[in-house]
Amino acid sequence: MDPSLSLRIADATARAYARAVTTLPPDVEAALGRALAAETDPVARGELANILANIEIARTGGVPLCQDTGVPVVYVTLPPSVPLEQGLYDAVAEGVRRATSAVPLRPNVVDPLTRHNSGDNTGEGMPAVHVRPGDRLSVTVLPKGAGAENMSRIEMLLPSEVARIPEVVVGCVLEAGARPCPPVVLGVGIGGTFDLAAALAKEALLEPIDEMDPFETSLCEAVNRLGLGPMGLGGLTTALAVKVRRAACHTASLPVAVNVQCWANRHATEFVEVV
Amino acid sequence: MDLIVPLGDEVLDLVAGDRVTLSGVVYTARDEAHLRMMQDGIPFDPVGAAVYHCGPVIAGDRVVAAGPTTSARMNRLSGFLLDAGVRALIGKGGMDATVTEQLRGRGVYLAFTGGCAALAAARMTLEGVFFPELGMAEAVWAIRLDRLPLVVGIDAHGRNLFAGVQARAEAAVRP
Repeated sequence: MDPSLSLRIADATARAYARAVTTLPPDVEAALGRALAAETDPVARGELANILANIEIARTGGVPLCQDTGVPVVYVTLPPSVPLEQGLYDAVAEGVRRATSAVPLRPNVVDPLTRHNSGDNTGEGMPAVHVRPGDRLSVTVLPKGAGAENMSRIEMLLPSEVARIPEVVVGCVLEAGARPCPPVVLGVGIGGTFDLAAALAKEALLEPIDEMDPFETSLCEAVNRLGLGPMGLGGLTTALAVKVRRAACHTASLPVAVNVQCWANRHATEFVEVV
Repeated sequence: MDLIVPLGDEVLDLVAGDRVTLSGVVYTARDEAHLRMMQDGIPFDPVGAAVYHCGPVIAGDRVVAAGPTTSARMNRLSGFLLDAGVRALIGKGGMDATVTEQLRGRGVYLAFTGGCAALAAARMTLEGVFFPELGMAEAVWAIRLDRLPLVVGIDAHGRNLFAGVQARAEAAVRP
């Protein structure tokens, strides 16, 4: 890869990471504001007010919203003029290392068995980089914290169990309780294969949360009937939104994946000039 | 109510759901720090102390981000702290029935809003560190708080706000 393009990709990755951990997308902040406006419980109102104050302090101070600055999940689109090669992955990893020291980010990435921490948020298979063709070269960073990620689940339902999908989604949130830092955003992947359903669930978190189709709305309402509320202390809003992505699947399969995201549904995109 | 460490019997008057602030020096501790303190002793005066379940981001002498971590991981690791005189555990997500009993007549669990690391850091001054070899996230950091806003999640009389909410949520899906 052209060294100057490699540098620009690393730079864009570092900028996207920094922006993602210090500022929330406007649709997420707006959803939190609506949750506060609707809430009557004093404890829940206090929690939401803390969250909105925290967002403001992080934005104005350029500091991380949450000390769990996550693990790097990165989505790249490549235009036809840029070939897919190892240099792209190296450039993204370099950007992650730069963001780790510049922001700074908490070093979260460890070997899964020895638990040795690399210190720079990279490691085998990390950052997780997903590449798609596109019109422009873009780098989207979705830093994923562990509190919510650990509450995620996948179920291989029977084809006859389509009606059980809401039960899977609601059950996931119920079992998670206070742990994923509600009000959560839920990415739901339906169909595909075991791995594709999980990938779709995560990608769904990148979609705008200020619009939901009727199916997504019904899932969100079912989750909110639990009354867990902000931080599991009780209240009207347990989920800010549910976003669903689907893929065709085997006639004998019905994979359903739920990727749980905390209220800090962090993601940011930077574009890279190719010429 | 505005609480100041070291804490005393005033914590016994708190009721689950009360909103309070906490000021003074608290000590961060996650899983590794608890295990280390059980083995090597508590490196600060535990009488009236508050322990914060937190793995902060520290840069030099500055607290950059210091929101709470999931307290439930410390459910089996907290009894020795309360036995030694610790009066408050601070974190997110609540703790189990064992800890609720251990707090009875002695101390409280205070919930801080998960993810609010910047808000927390804006009310913190770094005072020192114990066990730095455990690494940034797992070390015991001494941090001075200036009126950190908290909710009493579990009081000293067995009332657990989280458990009540969770029980109602379970009843809502399994009537």
